[in-house]
Amino acid sequence: MNGPVVLPQSIDETLASLQETPGATILAGGTDLMVAVNAGTHRPESVVSLARVSELRSWRRDGDDVVVGACVTYTEMEHGELAALVPALCQAARTIGSPQIRNAATIGGNLGTASPAGDTLPVLAALDAVIEIRGPAGTRSVPVLEFVTGVKKTVLEPGELVTAVRLPVLRGPQEFLKVGTRNAMVISVVMAALVVDLDGHTVRLGLGSVAPVPVRAREAEVFLEGQVDWAGVGNGRVRVADASAFAGFGELAATATAPIDDHRSTAAYRRHAVSVCARRAVERAFS
Amino acid sequence: MSETATFRLHVNGTERVVEGAWVGESLLYVLRERLGLPGAKNACEQGECGSCSVLLDGTLVCACLVLGASAAEREVVTVEGLPNGDGDLTDVQQAFIDEGAVQCGFCTPGLIVTVHDLLERNPSPSDLELREAISGNLCRCTGYGRILAAAQAVVAERSGSGRSQRETSA
Repeated sequence: MNGPVVLPQSIDETLASLQETPGATILAGGTDLMVAVNAGTHRPESVVSLARVSELRSWRRDGDDVVVGACVTYTEMEHGELAALVPALCQAARTIGSPQIRNAATIGGNLGTASPAGDTLPVLAALDAVIEIRGPAGTRSVPVLEFVTGVKKTVLEPGELVTAVRLPVLRGPQEFLKVGTRNAMVISVVMAALVVDLDGHTVRLGLGSVAPVPVRAREAEVFLEGQVDWAGVGNGRVRVADASAFAGFGELAATATAPIDDHRSTAAYRRHAVSVCARRAVERAFS
Repeated sequence: MSETATFRLHVNGTERVVEGAWVGESLLYVLRERLGLPGAKNACEQGECGSCSVLLDGTLVCACLVLGASAAEREVVTVEGLPNGDGDLTDVQQAFIDEGAVQCGFCTPGLIVTVHDLLERNPSPSDLELREAISGNLCRCTGYGRILAAAQAVVAERSGSGRSQRETSA
């Protein structure tokens, strides 16, 4: 007999617990959920905690990909081999909250919350990450841009659990920029994640906090891909023919957004900040 | 009325039983209101201020963001349980007093736990590492200068180049 807080030890046990207690709240790092619980805006009847599901807490290489378990924390993304394999994810992780928050908060939690300001989401968008989900009907994989369907809304069905995030390991520069009112403990006003794939000859720009869901700046990407001297890629450095392309990239990036006025910023400022962040990202990547 | 939770916590080396807790009770609430450990302070309840910092299985977290029942069977160390040798205070606590790093004192327990955690992992942090390590602990009185000085005094003391070592070796 379990109390209202269940602590399964494995993914299978977690799925069984979710079946046994329909409507249970899934708890990962708690850094979003407990804020709502403490404020009285969410009053759970029952909780399935992932605290003891060790198989969600590790990451592994799988061919050309890395598969990051849903309960890998930001602190774990900041350091070591994972940080080197996916530099933009590491950079995003470093900007999040405080050491205490980064020690607890998880990549799966960021996806489950699906806030427009979720800090890993633009990185996952730029990398074309695939979200691995398990549920009563089995396993499915959903691209991140399809996974998030609206403000704090996802494709997750009752009884389903995000188990991992699959990311490609790419050769080429990656950058993450974020605008907020200060450097620590800040909810982002604008985020830009840039990934350059030197082998696939692609430039990918993911943007966050500028639309209900994370977005890709497709027009800007195609524009810059046409400016890059891909044939000159030898030592891992890439060049563009004309440095004015960077500003053009930034301006096109701003057109991909659908920002709003809110208590953190105005839509006009967000558009401007996107153009600046996108330009700086490519200047850093291509210099 | 929803079902209540009963669970065991390992706090500061002692097993404690929590009975009849509301499902959503935070570890901070359990520590302060049920277990008589008021060292971790309750301020923002959203992880912004760091005044409730504790160690959970050796990892620094905000106790307000930990669901109490999900900490069952895990090791919790609060400011009351930090290793203090034979004395009443830890070296970090003593340094905070000596350097004048305590004003109203509300943020102090969280900062003490945070500085202990940092120096366990990194005995000689750079100034930047020190500043980043305490970036999740808000202090509205001191301006942080004396807190940084206190942490640096502990680093010097532990490495053998501190004031008392110099005095005794002189």
